[in-house]
Amino acid sequence: MNDRIEKRIELKAPVSRVWRALTDYREFGEWFRVKLEGPFVPGQVSLGHITYPGYEHLKWEAVVQKMEPERLFSFTWHPYAIDPKIDYSNETPTLVEFRLEKTMSGTLLLLTESGFDKIPTDRRAEAFRMNDGGWTEQMKNIEKHVAQTS
Amino acid sequence: MSHKRRSSISAKRRPCGPAFAALGDETRLLLVAKLCGGQSHSISQLTEGSKLTRQAITKHLRVLETAGIVRSVRTGRENRFEFDPKAIEGIKEYLDFVSEQWDQALSRLKSFVEN
Repeated sequence: MNDRIEKRIELKAPVSRVWRALTDYREFGEWFRVKLEGPFVPGQVSLGHITYPGYEHLKWEAVVQKMEPERLFSFTWHPYAIDPKIDYSNETPTLVEFRLEKTMSGTLLLLTESGFDKIPTDRRAEAFRMNDGGWTEQMKNIEKHVAQTS
Repeated sequence: MSHKRRSSISAKRRPCGPAFAALGDETRLLLVAKLCGGQSHSISQLTEGSKLTRQAITKHLRVLETAGIVRSVRTGRENRFEFDPKAIEGIKEYLDFVSEQWDQALSRLKSFVEN
């Protein structure tokens, strides 16, 4: 699948710890680098602003979809809608899903972001089979990150 | 995310919305499938084999043109259309960009929960 982003990463921390880092709005803000106005509530809009130095003027806006404790956290948003001059509200939002699985050494985190287009896979012309070299490259980067930090 | 990536992305970001929207239609996908071979086609050629009228096909071609996916070229008195790969490359670059941002965010998450 080339119209979605899929990541998997092994974390050496218990599922409960990862769940808190994902769904506690303050903890999420720490690593995502966003200051959120309040807790995540399914079905509700989450507002805030980016805390990355130099980009504090950028807004964060997402709609929380599912919070199934220690299993699934999902929200829809306009991915990296970073140009304040563009109105992203007319674009179809993408769906971000974090899935957690317990492993021997901690937690397996599966991230998917989908909905980048509505092209039915079986009808896509050859031209749209985007070269997946980019993803392969990114997976190598993750492996490198993991090797460095573990 | 680095400043360099951030500042360069807004230029890339812009064409993607319309391009994604333009491709979310079966007729337009079929038109692009015909055009992506590289040769230019006339509106008559593109209407052939379709149940749609010439006017309807022209309308779809204009949507694709506005999104930068095809461009029209005039050959004599005839208006022909050809595929412009730039918009598709823009989509791919954009997905690569979002993918890279996730790598960085997940790497920060990893440090956050493991320390």
